[in-house]
Amino acid sequence: MENPSQQHIRIEVSDGASIPDPKDRRIVTAWSISIFGAITSLILLCLLKSDPFWNMLQFVSDGVIVTFQVTIFSILLAIPIGMVTGLGRLSQVRAINLVASTYVEVIRGIPLLVQLFFIYYGLGRFFGVGGIPAAVIAMSFCYGAYMGEVFRAGISAINKGQAEAARSLGFNQSQTMRLVIMPQAWRTILPPIGNEFIAMLKDTSLVSILAVADIMRRGTEYAGQYFNYFEAFTLVALVYLIITLILSKGVSIMEARLNYYDR
Amino acid sequence: MTANTPIISLRNVYKFYGQLTALNDVSLDIYPGEKVVIIGPSGSGKSTLLRSINRLETVDLGKIVVDGVDVNDPATNINKVRQDLGMVFQNFNLFPHKNVLENLTLAPTKLRGMSQEAANLLAVELLKKVDISDKAAAYPSRLSGGQQQRVAIARALAMSPKIMLFDEPTSALDPEMIGEVLDVMVNLAREGMTMVCVTHEMGFAREVADRIIFMDKGEILEEGGPEHFFANPSHPRLQKFLQQIL
Repeated sequence: MENPSQQHIRIEVSDGASIPDPKDRRIVTAWSISIFGAITSLILLCLLKSDPFWNMLQFVSDGVIVTFQVTIFSILLAIPIGMVTGLGRLSQVRAINLVASTYVEVIRGIPLLVQLFFIYYGLGRFFGVGGIPAAVIAMSFCYGAYMGEVFRAGISAINKGQAEAARSLGFNQSQTMRLVIMPQAWRTILPPIGNEFIAMLKDTSLVSILAVADIMRRGTEYAGQYFNYFEAFTLVALVYLIITLILSKGVSIMEARLNYYDR
Repeated sequence: MTANTPIISLRNVYKFYGQLTALNDVSLDIYPGEKVVIIGPSGSGKSTLLRSINRLETVDLGKIVVDGVDVNDPATNINKVRQDLGMVFQNFNLFPHKNVLENLTLAPTKLRGMSQEAANLLAVELLKKVDISDKAAAYPSRLSGGQQQRVAIARALAMSPKIMLFDEPTSALDPEMIGEVLDVMVNLAREGMTMVCVTHEMGFAREVADRIIFMDKGEILEEGGPEHFFANPSHPRLQKFLQQIL
C-alpha cells in the first residue's frame, strides 16, 4: 500500500501554464477569476466598442485555426520524438544514451526563435521550406527535447519492483515497457504533455515572424493597417488567455481522470 | 521425496558489490518437490542468492543451472527460464493499473498464448485457491497487504511454474495478515510445489521446510532438516541468530 509508484507524482519541466488543482472545488479560484475576467472583458469590449474590437476579433479568428494547426501538428510530432528521446536517455547502451542526451543538450541550449530562423531562412536556402512546415519542424524538435525529459522522469518514477515483477514472469524488456511500465508512466506523463501543449501554443506566436498567419500575425496585420496597436494587442492577449485557460482546465480534468486506479 | 537430479544447482557462486562479497562460494542443490527455507541476518546475501536463481541478479563467478539450463549462459533465453520460475516479492509488486483478474491473466495470455477465456477461468480457479475470489474486479490499491500478497502468489501460479521463489513474502505485512499468506504457502507446499523461501517466519520453516539453510556474510554456514536445525544448531553464529530471533 505504501508503494511509491502509487503515489501521485507531478512533473513540471517547462514554464507551461500552471494546472488548476482538480481537487479544488471552490468557485472563486485564480482560474475562475482569470477566465471570468477575460471573457467579460472581451464581450464588453466587442459590445461597447465594436469598432475596432468586434472587427478585429473577426479578423483574428482565422489565426486561431492556424495557431491550433501548427500546435497540433507540432505536438503530434513532438510526442514520438520525446518518447524516443526519453527512452534513449534511460538506455544502458552508452551510444544510444549519448545521442539522445546530446540532442537534448543542443536543442535546449538554442532559443526557439533562433531554431525557427535557422530552419526557415537557413535551411530554406537549400530546400525551400514553407512557413508552416518550418514552424512545425522547429517546434516539434524543440519541444521533443523538453518532452524527452518528461518521458524520462515519468518512466523512472515507476517503482523498480514493477519491472522486476514483469521480468520475473518472463516478459522481455520491450513487453515490460509496453505492458507494465508505459501504461503507468502515461499517467504521470500526460499532464505535463498537456502543459507542454499549452506552452507550445503560446510559443507559436513566434512563428508569426515567418509569415504564418496565426493569431499574433493577424493581430499585427490589423494593427499595422489601422495603427491601433494598443487595442490590437489587448485583443490578441485576451484571445490567447482564454484559449490557454480553457486548455489548462482540460489538462486538470484529464489529470484527475487518470488517477482512476488509486481510488 | 527427491529425485536424483537437482532442479536447481548452484556451483561455487560469487557475487561482489564493490568491496562487499554478497555471495561467497555458494554451492547448493535443490531437488524437485523440495521445500527449502533460507534464513539469516539482513545483509547475509539470502535475497541475492534467491534472485540469482532467476537472474534478477547476475553473479560474477560460478554456475547456476535451473532445470537443466545454465541461466548465465549468454545463449540462454532467460525469459523462457523465468516463465517456469514463479517469484513472490516482499512488496508484492502487483500491477496497479490492472485489476486483480488482469494481473493474473496478463502473463498467461501474452506469454503462453492462452485465450482470454481460458486465462480467466484459470485465474478464477487460482483466486479461489488463495481465498480471494470476491476481489477479482478490484484494483490492487483497494486491497490489504495480505490480500495483495495472496494475489501476487496467484499471479505467479498462473504461469504454472515448476518452482516458486519467495523473497521475504511476509516481511512487509502487518502482523495480523501474516497468517493468511503463510496458510496459502503451506497449502502450496502440501501440493508438492518446489519452493525456495527467504523468510524470518521460523514457525513456517519448522512446519514445511525439508531443509533449512542458514546464511551469514554471503556464505552458507549450516543446513539441515528443521529438527536438527532448531534443536542442535552447531555453528555459533546460528546459535546466536536463533537466540535473537526466537
